[in-house]
Amino acid sequence: MQRIGVFVCWCGSNIAGTVDVQAVSDALKNEPGVVFSTNYQYMCSQAGQNMIKDAIKEYRLTGIVVCSCSPRMHEATFRKTAQAAGLNPYMVEIANIREQCSWVHKDIPTGTEKAIILGKAAVAKVNLNAPLTPGESPVTKRALVIGGGIAGIQTALDIADAGFPVDIVETKPTIGGKMAQLDKTFPTLDCAACILTPKMVDVAQNDKIRIFSYSEVQEVKGFVGNFDVKIKKKARYVNEDICTGCGACTEKCPQKNVPNEFNLGMDNRRAIYIPFAQAVPKVATIDPNACNMLKNGKCGVCAKVCAAGAIDYKQQDQIIEEKYGAIVVATGFNPISMEKFDEFAYSQSKDVITSLEFERLTNAAGPTAGKLLRPSDLEHPHTIVFVQCVGSRCAACAEKGKEYCSKICCMYTAKHAMLVRDKYPDTEVYVFYIDVRTPGKNFDEFYRRAVEEYGVHYIKGMVGKVTPEGKKLKVQGSDLIMDEQVHIDADLVVLAAAIEPDKSARPLATMLTASMDTNDFFTEAHPKLRPVESPTAGVFLSGACQGPKDIPETVSQAGAAASKVIGLLAKDKLTGNPCIASPNELMCNGCSSCERVCPYGAITYVDKEFRMPDRTTAIRRVAQVNPAVCQGCGACTVACPSGAMDLRGFASAQIIAEVDAICK
Amino acid sequence: MQKITREVLIEKAASLLNEGVVSGVLGWKQGEFAYDVTPALFTTVDELNEQFVWGDFCGANFSKYLVAHTRKTQSKVLVFLKPCDTYSFNQLLTEHRFDREKVYAVGIPCEGMADVSKVKAIAGEGITAIESTEEGLAVTTLYNDAPVVIAYEDALAERCINCKSKKHVAYDELIGEEGDVLESGRFDQVAALEAMTPDERFAFWQKELSKCIRCNACRDVCPACTCEKCVFNNPVSGAETKAPMGTFEEKMFHIIRAFHVAGRCTDCGECSRVCPQDIPLHLLNRKFIKDINTHYGEYQAGAEVGSRAPLVNYTTNDVEPGDVFERGEENA
Amino acid sequence: MQVNEKKPLIVAFCCNWCSYAGADLAGNNRLAYPADVKIIRVPCSCRVNPMFILRAFQRGADGVIICGCHPGDCHYTSGNYFTRRRMAMLFSMLDYLGIEKERTRVEWVSAAEGAKFAATMNDFAEKVAALGENKRLEDLRCKK
Repeated sequence: MQRIGVFVCWCGSNIAGTVDVQAVSDALKNEPGVVFSTNYQYMCSQAGQNMIKDAIKEYRLTGIVVCSCSPRMHEATFRKTAQAAGLNPYMVEIANIREQCSWVHKDIPTGTEKAIILGKAAVAKVNLNAPLTPGESPVTKRALVIGGGIAGIQTALDIADAGFPVDIVETKPTIGGKMAQLDKTFPTLDCAACILTPKMVDVAQNDKIRIFSYSEVQEVKGFVGNFDVKIKKKARYVNEDICTGCGACTEKCPQKNVPNEFNLGMDNRRAIYIPFAQAVPKVATIDPNACNMLKNGKCGVCAKVCAAGAIDYKQQDQIIEEKYGAIVVATGFNPISMEKFDEFAYSQSKDVITSLEFERLTNAAGPTAGKLLRPSDLEHPHTIVFVQCVGSRCAACAEKGKEYCSKICCMYTAKHAMLVRDKYPDTEVYVFYIDVRTPGKNFDEFYRRAVEEYGVHYIKGMVGKVTPEGKKLKVQGSDLIMDEQVHIDADLVVLAAAIEPDKSARPLATMLTASMDTNDFFTEAHPKLRPVESPTAGVFLSGACQGPKDIPETVSQAGAAASKVIGLLAKDKLTGNPCIASPNELMCNGCSSCERVCPYGAITYVDKEFRMPDRTTAIRRVAQVNPAVCQGCGACTVACPSGAMDLRGFASAQIIAEVDAICK
Repeated sequence: MQKITREVLIEKAASLLNEGVVSGVLGWKQGEFAYDVTPALFTTVDELNEQFVWGDFCGANFSKYLVAHTRKTQSKVLVFLKPCDTYSFNQLLTEHRFDREKVYAVGIPCEGMADVSKVKAIAGEGITAIESTEEGLAVTTLYNDAPVVIAYEDALAERCINCKSKKHVAYDELIGEEGDVLESGRFDQVAALEAMTPDERFAFWQKELSKCIRCNACRDVCPACTCEKCVFNNPVSGAETKAPMGTFEEKMFHIIRAFHVAGRCTDCGECSRVCPQDIPLHLLNRKFIKDINTHYGEYQAGAEVGSRAPLVNYTTNDVEPGDVFERGEENA
Repeated sequence: MQVNEKKPLIVAFCCNWCSYAGADLAGNNRLAYPADVKIIRVPCSCRVNPMFILRAFQRGADGVIICGCHPGDCHYTSGNYFTRRRMAMLFSMLDYLGIEKERTRVEWVSAAEGAKFAATMNDFAEKVAALGENKRLEDLRCKK
């Protein structure tokens, strides 16, 4: 028989406001196994924890029930408390009487009644608890960073700085990500390339960092500390080790009309290309969809001009298998497609562009060499209209766009407007906005400079329609402050397109068993307290894959993720979760049902000799669970027809006891 | 009436015994009554000649007996398998329940087995002898002077009227001609139940399940129920009760049993055959089979060794639990 | 309000990673739902044995709801896919036996869907309350 102590927390008035805590501790005193029951203002406080420790010793408790907030909040706390008092931490059960009782039920009789029932269920469960000891598993001291934008770069640099090897996997031929495409950065207006490219070089020169560019993660197996990852290195048809990046091939390649993704298709590149001058690794890549040699064997110019002999038309995709202790997701974002936003005439006029396209138009390395010329006729635009929140902050029911705020648009639009007015004072700039959101360090000052010093016309209201008419774009919008319709004849319209997670994120999340929200942003383990960790152990989040972010925020999150990774890799061994499946060999049929539902391949079979009821011996096939691999989902326990497979900490008998206690 | 004769089977068994290929034979032996045939192990030719029987009441499926038997011996055992038995045989192999090396399986054809309840319904109680004749079963009872002749089709068991296959899916040797997998109307009754209102269905099942005496015969005979320890005998499983009483086990026994064999049940029909209360237990199993076929694609347990049972499998676009009812009703 | 009316009893099995967290979020946001709902935490919805559900009904529960991560988002990759098949089969069987199908439900509730959790529980509790006491499983076998 257990000797159980019950500790009912008031949580100030959070619980005590709707639950008669005295009545709860009194009622639970009479439950089987309970030898001590009390209540206190804040059980999680030092004094509360000491109360628990003292009671464990004084009453020789073998198990405790804490009626408090969610176990997701303080289960770990109270387990440590129990451990400190010499009790096995898994002899602790939490009755969630705050989130699932006092906060959702309004009157005291109802709340109290339910709290007592939840307490009884926890007591019933702890009566059947058994001490558990976690197993240990080794840690592979290498990290994988998926995505080579500024988030991935910063994370990799920080991890490498602590002395751990890091691999970066980037789908594009070069690292750099979106930041490499930007012109200037807010709020300081220093040029993106000037601050990014040195970091890219650092990555390339760091002997702890390997870059797998033009590569994708294909398969992830294993678990925290022990991930087995397959990386597909796509054939770039150029030997990376030999290519010097001289660019001779990219000048001679006869296939000149491939839309240049780096400039968002606003100019063309060759079939063999280096995305931009500062690319890392600076090696050429052949686009197999454009290269005549690869398509029909007719060309071979690049191989002829390559002095290094780096061209290899027969190159194959290569699969790299590597073990990692931690994985950082840094897959970033993309602007959403403007297809569904035809009211802004994006598909009808070349002069309606997205903000990212505008970045390229103003970038010295862009298609216009930094001169602000409109794409249709390469003339200098005299009136520019910026439209904010295109696809952001849409109604939940809207068929297009996103419900969330894309966060970065207010600031980059202010930057664009300011830069235009600075360089071309003859150009009138209008910004249509819903709200201007500038809550960052020096952000609001920056925006106000755009309005006050640079004379940008900010109009509160949305643009209803853009109609191309001759060389002009007729912009029709509303000014909510003046309460009037606004008509502007613009030369260029720039849309602040909402940003969304990269398309690769969803399949990656499935591979990593990491959870995502409805918008495909990765979910953090806790929105406030564990913002850079995924709920899946060993998987960390860096940058915009977790939510829209600007560069300063991305870099700080990247560093935070790195520090979490370093914390993990610094350990030699990880203590596992002891709440895992375990088979009762005497009852096991060896039927393989459990093995078939195990997502981790944790179950294997052995032939064992058994003494049978008729005193003979027989060899039977029975299941074995690898404690380092089992994650404790319990799928096997239900697949098992005989009930031989049970889950420690969530045993069938325990759950049935809870059911019985609730349904009494 | 069975086409193959007792003599052919004894001859085959005797020769295998004599050759030393097998050390025992799983076959049928006469029980207390004419219709009462019981499974038995024969180890000598004399035993076979004396006690081996074969006829229209030899419904017992021997697959399950292989689990216990192959553990006891190092030598081979001969087992006679009717087509439907071979599915259970394969299913047990899929689940690694016996050692295939220790079994010599002889497939035998089956013309369908008689249902003693149907015979009794026509001929009455007090049966003293049953003779298989050209015209049908000639049944002698305590109360009639001349035997009552029952046409075979009138005595045929439900599972045989709706026979799913005359084809053997596993054997070492086949006696007689191989048949085909059949189109059967085995789901018609399930569909008829589905078409009823919930109240009618409830009334139907309440009437049927109320007859249950919890004798466990359905479980004990079921080739899918070969657990080392059954949950209903296990005090920690939460499903066990010692005596029939108005609680859980009484009401849930059949649901849990059907669920445990769902996706693994080959629809051999043994459960209904042995039920002393004539509860149509196969209608529970067939409901699961029908649902599985409808929602997850046609699946016949035991059709091939090593196939993955539907309930230990999934696709990412399976039907939602809330939608099965509507689909079920559409099909009705 | 009628007095002496037996309040419905609802058992909700919630997976630790999504739905239990969703229930916590409902609490954080003070989104009310009936106290009839009692939550049992399981690591994954696939831990829910049909036996637990039947046991709850047998002990007097009027409704049982299983909540898990959305398909594709299972913390354990595939647990909820198995749940989906098992529960589809079990619920279909209960319906076949003539048990009211509104007494059982599977709902996918993510950790971010506190509002959905509360709305689901409100709706489920209302539907179960409308059915009245759970008699049919109790009476599946005649009492003599």
